[in-house]
Amino acid sequence: MLKKIIFQFLALSLIFTYSAQSAESGGMPQLNPEFWISQIFWLVLTFGLLFIILSKFILPKISNNLETRKSQILENIETADKQREETEKKVKKFEKIINDTKVEAKNFFNSERQKVLDDINNKRVSLEKDIEKEIIKAEEEIDQLKKTSQEKITKIAIETSSDLVKQLIGEDINKSSLSAIVEDLSKKEMEKYNGI
Amino acid sequence: MAANPMYQFNVYRIGPEIKINNIDISFTNASLFMVISSLAILIIFNLGTKRSIIPNKIQLLAELSYSFISKMISDTAGSKAKPYFSFIFSLFMFVLFCNMFGMIPYSFTVTSHIIVTFVLAAFIFIGVTIIGFIKHGLGYLKLFVPSGVPMVLLPLIVVIEIISYLSRPISLSVRLFANMMAGHTMMKVFGGFVVSLGIVGGWLPLGFSVALTGLEILVAFLQAYVFAILTCIYLNDALNLHH
Repeated sequence: MLKKIIFQFLALSLIFTYSAQSAESGGMPQLNPEFWISQIFWLVLTFGLLFIILSKFILPKISNNLETRKSQILENIETADKQREETEKKVKKFEKIINDTKVEAKNFFNSERQKVLDDINNKRVSLEKDIEKEIIKAEEEIDQLKKTSQEKITKIAIETSSDLVKQLIGEDINKSSLSAIVEDLSKKEMEKYNGI
Repeated sequence: MAANPMYQFNVYRIGPEIKINNIDISFTNASLFMVISSLAILIIFNLGTKRSIIPNKIQLLAELSYSFISKMISDTAGSKAKPYFSFIFSLFMFVLFCNMFGMIPYSFTVTSHIIVTFVLAAFIFIGVTIIGFIKHGLGYLKLFVPSGVPMVLLPLIVVIEIISYLSRPISLSVRLFANMMAGHTMMKVFGGFVVSLGIVGGWLPLGFSVALTGLEILVAFLQAYVFAILTCIYLNDALNLHH
């Protein structure tokens, strides 16, 4: 503001000094009315034509351009929004498909695994049953063997002891008493062996 | 003769003398620059009416000035001033181009003549007054009676308001005319200093002259803007009676 005032003051002082100086050679040409009418005439003519042409032909076109650009931009934004929404929908669909396939794959995998596990389990169970059977069989055999062997051993012991006694004393001894003695002894011995 | 800083404002006849009813309306250098300015405006803005979504440089220029002036009008005079848009646009462009063509060395500045600016200002003044009376009837006279003024001061205020209203065309025209004339005279004076001080001392005024050229281009734009915005303000007074 101050700058402007100073500038205008300077300018005005210059005008005054120079208009005073040039007053001798005709003064300010602006104040010479010789061509005033001509200037007014040409000003009205040119400015009038300029105004008419601008307002009738050029400015409506420019405003029209601006309007169409605005509406087109709005339209474009709208279509862009629509397309964005569509893509979002499609992306969601796609994600859903991916999720579904994932779940399916998981399910398939799980069911297959379950099947395999079941199979393994079944086989194991049957195998264990077989093994148990075998073990029971074997145990039974062993038990039988144990029993038969004991009986045989007692028998042999009784016979040998009766033979021995026969040879030593020369007469038959009651077999039942002998067997009782042998059994008693062998039981003691068995206990020693078996640790029962 | 050419050293006289006022010589650049001389109006002289170009071509034959044209007289209608003893009135001289000959084609002068002032008329030439009015025609050149108008043609330049028409050519530039006609090139700027191309229909393309992405504007080229000239179209961008035209559209930017369109929205610039449209915004200026709606900011100062409101939406009621829309019908006067083309007039203010033409006015701003005419003054701006006349000022700018005046910046070309050896050219003529149309707006540095008081008669030209005064005719424009008087036309605006009369037009605005007529619009005011059409819109508000005699109520337009309320413009001279500001509200909230004590009764004692009212006669004085009314007189001052009337004087300020009547001085509008003078202040509007003299502002533009004096600014343009002062700037061009100063440039001429500094140019004269460059010549008279020669190669030794001429550098300082030459620098001043260069700086003044920049300042004058700014002033050329600013004065056109001020002229247009004051027109808008006067129009605002006539359209929206606030007082």
